[in-house]
Amino acid sequence: MPAMDCLAKVRTGIKREWPFHAMLLPTVVFLFLFAYLPMGGLIIAFQKFIPAKGLFGAQKWVGLQNFEYLFSLPNIGQILYNTVYIALWKMILGLIVPVIVAVLLNEVRSISLKRTVQTMVYMPYFLSWIVLSGVLIDILSPANGIVNMLLSSIGVEPVFFLGDNHTFRWTVIVTDIWKNFGFGMVTYLAAIANIDPNLYEAAVIDGANRYQRMLHVTLPGMITIIVLMSILSLGNVLNAGFDQVQNLLNPVVMETGDIIDTFVYRLGLVDAQYGISTAMGFFKSIVSTLFISVSYYLAYRLFDYRVF
Amino acid sequence: MKTRKHRETLVFDIVNEALLILLAVVCLMPLINVLALSFSSSTASAGGRVGFWPVEFTLNSYEYVAKRESFWQAMLVSVKRCALGVSLNMLLCVISAYPLSKDNKRFHGRTVYAWYIFITILIGGGLIPWYMTIQKFKLLGTVWALVLPGAVPVFNVVLLLNFFRNIPGEMEEASLIDGASQWTILFRVYIPLSLPAIATICLFSLVGHWNSWFDGLILMRRPEQYPLQSYLQTVVVQKDLSLLSQAELAAISEISDRTVKCAQIFLAALPMLVAYPFFQRYFVKGLVMGAVKG
Repeated sequence: MPAMDCLAKVRTGIKREWPFHAMLLPTVVFLFLFAYLPMGGLIIAFQKFIPAKGLFGAQKWVGLQNFEYLFSLPNIGQILYNTVYIALWKMILGLIVPVIVAVLLNEVRSISLKRTVQTMVYMPYFLSWIVLSGVLIDILSPANGIVNMLLSSIGVEPVFFLGDNHTFRWTVIVTDIWKNFGFGMVTYLAAIANIDPNLYEAAVIDGANRYQRMLHVTLPGMITIIVLMSILSLGNVLNAGFDQVQNLLNPVVMETGDIIDTFVYRLGLVDAQYGISTAMGFFKSIVSTLFISVSYYLAYRLFDYRVF
Repeated sequence: MKTRKHRETLVFDIVNEALLILLAVVCLMPLINVLALSFSSSTASAGGRVGFWPVEFTLNSYEYVAKRESFWQAMLVSVKRCALGVSLNMLLCVISAYPLSKDNKRFHGRTVYAWYIFITILIGGGLIPWYMTIQKFKLLGTVWALVLPGAVPVFNVVLLLNFFRNIPGEMEEASLIDGASQWTILFRVYIPLSLPAIATICLFSLVGHWNSWFDGLILMRRPEQYPLQSYLQTVVVQKDLSLLSQAELAAISEISDRTVKCAQIFLAALPMLVAYPFFQRYFVKGLVMGAVKG
């Protein structure tokens, strides 16, 4: 009888839970077709790939030859360096700037001013890199762009921000912060809102002034979320931002501006070097996966943070 | 003593507010400059005389863009893509976030499904396999190529499932006792209670579809099939004049290319600029309750 009981239990369990399975079915199918099949396609990193034979066709296996070729390229070191350089600075400033602005914004008393400033700094976040690249190419132009007009009015020589190896990377970093810092603030503003008001009152009674309260109450109140966000951003160590760089990149600044993603794109879709391009993508994927796994593990151990 | 403290606070407030206003204005200045250029005459723009206000105000550029068929064709593709893409995203997001928000006792397969979805965040197939898969399904050159591959918005699913978790389980139990099915509970109880999160992910999905350009550029066969951002990429960023017809080329020589570009940039940005302030009041609630439990 106990076996029968057990079976009946499973049956009612299935009956009760089948709507959940039904709800997830379309998602499972879509992800299989458009995420898992391409994942299987990573095998072409180990093939001398001929497109005509198809994705899972009878291709010639070449082992690690694509990777060997890739890492023997003369400019590969520079590309990796550019990628990490841009990505790391974006991560660092992308953390510091929103925190500072959020703390300052929290000190503003007028709610309407707070709102207005927020609406204004969010704006670039909602525009595409196509729109913003169009804007940047125009305003940074050395001939008649507004930035150089303003610079020359205070006597500075025109700077070709997007056409000079000395300035390109930092132009990319700063403009990325411009697009994203406003929205990055949302999480921090919420963290500040959760700080116990009694702490501020206690600080006032102890004679703390505005700066001391910001430093000793607001910031410590945000520290958990700051550390969590920085850990979670680790996975971006090789993400220098394809959408942005691809649209700002030009032949003059290839040396300092070429990143893994733009390289993969050119190799794959412009030069049709499918195997080599995929090998590069595979390499990036492995490193990123490693970093993301470590970051989620740390977040889980330190903050009991669970993604799902 | 008291007045000194008072003055100190006042100075801080003034400096702080001035600083933030300055920051906000600086953030918008590039966009205002481009807007001013789009309303200026071609000679003023070429001469570098336009700052933050139109010089020799004219609507010439907009009139030119209005007559440019390829621009509106691309706009139409974008609208179609957004309508299809956002509805599909929202539907799949809602119906997959709901079961995943149940705990393991209520839904035994949960962990398996959650990992199945999470792995797609960790590992991607990369550009070429992705392209070839879509090619294999014969989607190239159709609007479905822009909609189906990204049908499951994985990050939004995570956001929404965490939001659903904050809804007390008693809600579900009470409805079950009343004889409601899981589908009814989802659509009649959970969704109405999650409007901030739904609004936020709806905006994300809309912005994502409206702003993406790369997939359109490589998955469409002919320029007439390009969505707006891909079209804009070719005319503004790549400066590919081959997309223009003879008549358009003749017309462009009469108006400054620069002001026309600015007009197109502004028109492409406009829908998002109009949309996001409406969603703004939901951000903090929708985003943070979903992302960070506490």
